[in-house]
Amino acid sequence: MSLWQKHAIFEKNSIVLVIGILVVIAIGGLVEIVPLFYLKNTIEKVEGVRPYTPLELAGRNVYVREGCYLCHSQMIRPLRDEVERYGHYSLAAESMYDKPFQWGSKRTGPDLARVGGKYSDDWHRDHLKDPRSVVPGSVMPKYSWLAETELDFKHVAQDLKVQALLGVPYNADMIAKAQADVVTQATTDSPDAADLAKRYPKAQARDFDGNPASVTEADALIAYLQMLGTQVDFKLYDDKANIR
Amino acid sequence: MANALAPQKTMTIGEGGSALTFALLAILSIVVAAKAHTPEYAFHAYLFTAASIAAVFVIVNRYYERPAAQPPLEIDGKPNYNMGPVKFTSFAAVFWGIAGFTVGLVIALQLAFPVLNFDLPWTTFGRLRPLHTSAVIFAFGGNVLIATSFYVVQRTCRARLAGNIAPWFVVLGYNFFIVIAGTGYLLGITQSKEYAEPEWYSDLFLTVVWVVYFLVFLATIMRRKEPHIYVANWFYLAFIVTIAVLHLGNNATVPVSIFSPKSYIVWSGVQDAMVQWWYGHNAVGFFLTAGFLAIMYYFIPKRADRPVYSYRLSIIHFWALIFLYIWAGPHHLHYTALPDWAQTLGMTFSIMLWMPSWGGMINGIMTLSGAWDKLRTDPVLRMMVVSVAFYGMSTFEGPMMSVKVVNSLSHYTDWTIGHVHSGALGWVGYVSFGALYCLIPWLWNRPLYSLKLVNWHFWISTIGIVLYITAMWVSGILQGLMWRAYTKLGFLEYSFVETVEAMHPFYIIRALGGLLFLAGALLMAWNLIKTVTAAEEAEPAKLALAPAE
Repeated sequence: MSLWQKHAIFEKNSIVLVIGILVVIAIGGLVEIVPLFYLKNTIEKVEGVRPYTPLELAGRNVYVREGCYLCHSQMIRPLRDEVERYGHYSLAAESMYDKPFQWGSKRTGPDLARVGGKYSDDWHRDHLKDPRSVVPGSVMPKYSWLAETELDFKHVAQDLKVQALLGVPYNADMIAKAQADVVTQATTDSPDAADLAKRYPKAQARDFDGNPASVTEADALIAYLQMLGTQVDFKLYDDKANIR
Repeated sequence: MANALAPQKTMTIGEGGSALTFALLAILSIVVAAKAHTPEYAFHAYLFTAASIAAVFVIVNRYYERPAAQPPLEIDGKPNYNMGPVKFTSFAAVFWGIAGFTVGLVIALQLAFPVLNFDLPWTTFGRLRPLHTSAVIFAFGGNVLIATSFYVVQRTCRARLAGNIAPWFVVLGYNFFIVIAGTGYLLGITQSKEYAEPEWYSDLFLTVVWVVYFLVFLATIMRRKEPHIYVANWFYLAFIVTIAVLHLGNNATVPVSIFSPKSYIVWSGVQDAMVQWWYGHNAVGFFLTAGFLAIMYYFIPKRADRPVYSYRLSIIHFWALIFLYIWAGPHHLHYTALPDWAQTLGMTFSIMLWMPSWGGMINGIMTLSGAWDKLRTDPVLRMMVVSVAFYGMSTFEGPMMSVKVVNSLSHYTDWTIGHVHSGALGWVGYVSFGALYCLIPWLWNRPLYSLKLVNWHFWISTIGIVLYITAMWVSGILQGLMWRAYTKLGFLEYSFVETVEAMHPFYIIRALGGLLFLAGALLMAWNLIKTVTAAEEAEPAKLALAPAE
């Protein structure tokens, strides 16, 4: 009986065929995925990386909702031109609280992993309203309604609670103050800003969209963009500690 | 006496159970709609309510209309095939195909002329792009796969499709999922995982539909009259099983609340990236490849009237393909924060994957041995054979682009988009069109309305594909080179926006290619509709001629 004839067992028994398929497709995924939860260079903690503030998280959700990731990556590769164009290559730790990750797969626009602090709030506001007013050759859509839409943050504490359940280190205090923190961070010279910075080190608090009357989606999105890639101080980061 | 002999009409467990389940779902949906956090989510809850109530009505109505006995499995010793769901999905595929290609053309034009975003939330590129990818992959491709799999499994097993309500639940449920997913993208409901954008509640619903799909397919195989399971069914089975596994892994989310459309995934950062591309690449491998290879293994031999070239090659092709594909995901993450060993594994297995891919291509093309002349006379067969040739081309290009050095240039550029479309338009598109051109005349038992139109379809869309992929090759490689260009003094030569401006002419050529491809598909739609309706009109004439015989 040749080996070819032995294959008949799969051809004559549907359940055996299904089990065979399951076994064969399980191997590759298990080998590639499971170690990532245990290896040092994928779970390392780096000084400065913290969970998003409630306002940044809300901004991130706007970023997700509008599909920004379809044209903007957030992953700087360790290649000479990318490091010179965008900054230090991205670390795994820098996206450790990203649910889901926003590395992207296409750069119709530039990488945004370290866009934080590169442009002023005014620039972002104008750019979102009409990208071609500041970058004439841009093909980005206008997002003028973001500055006109009130941010819906009634349930933001619930968002933090679910993330905490999934391992993001939001404590009870952060969850309790989540809603208030949104307003604090979107206000210039808020008396609670120091308190906010205690919970979220280096959190920038000001009126991001130039409209102090309300907290808009533009406030949240700009707050998110302005913190991207700014958490790790690369003057202090030891890149030899976790050679990858 | 006659009454005693006639079977008592009772509701089956399937009818009663599903009517009850839908009634409960309708009540749940109303509650969710009333307390929903956002109006968009409330809208979806109302859609669920309406669909569930409609389902209850249809099931009950169907019960009263149907005869007491269930349809027989065989009539006069011949299988009593259930082709209703196949007919529905084959035209659903045509409809979604046209819709998906149209949205593709719109977003291609948006990149050339940003004014076409219309400054409205629901018409921006960011919301339309997932609509395009999901419409072509899952709506068009998915309906083609369900239609052909339900057809092929019945014919090759010589058995009636298992289930009574179940097959209809699969086809209608799947298309309802598409409506939820698509309207969700426009309203900004997305979890931002490429090719898995629908949120938790749509994912949950799809899971139920998919499990029923698997059970119907498997139960039909178990009913088979043939001792062996035909090779096409191996591929369909691998596609159904693996997509289920991938779907569950990549959509493991916790909703913020049952009243919120938003959820957060249990994975984060680098692990999430790996899970996403394990899913993403195998959506290509199992949805767009294994499933459509099943189409190749049935429709090409059938159309050419020749047996599959090599039985042994098909065994190697099958196991090697499904084993190797799963490993290839990390090639989407070269030079990222994913560890090097994983990237190298992804690259190595991608290169190895070239072999089973070409083994399959050879098996498909060589099936024409002794029937090559049919390429000249049968444009439907020509379309399917050219699709296999495109398959060969893009499965060579893929492994090449997975080599890290090549990828450092090609990644993040339009080269990837070009590569995807040579596979999607050339391989998936053409093999689907070929299958539809075969299937619809077979289902309605009427000749195809016009072979000449098929010929036109073939040439118009081939020119479209060539324009599309060459424009993307040039723009991708050009942009990749511009990003890394340095001046003599050692500075980056181009600002980012200069590389964007350089893309403009190629984006126009690409849109033109897309327009031609869409035009071809419209010809097909007309041809297929005419096949079904024109023959109906012709029939009375035939009857009138009958006495003269």
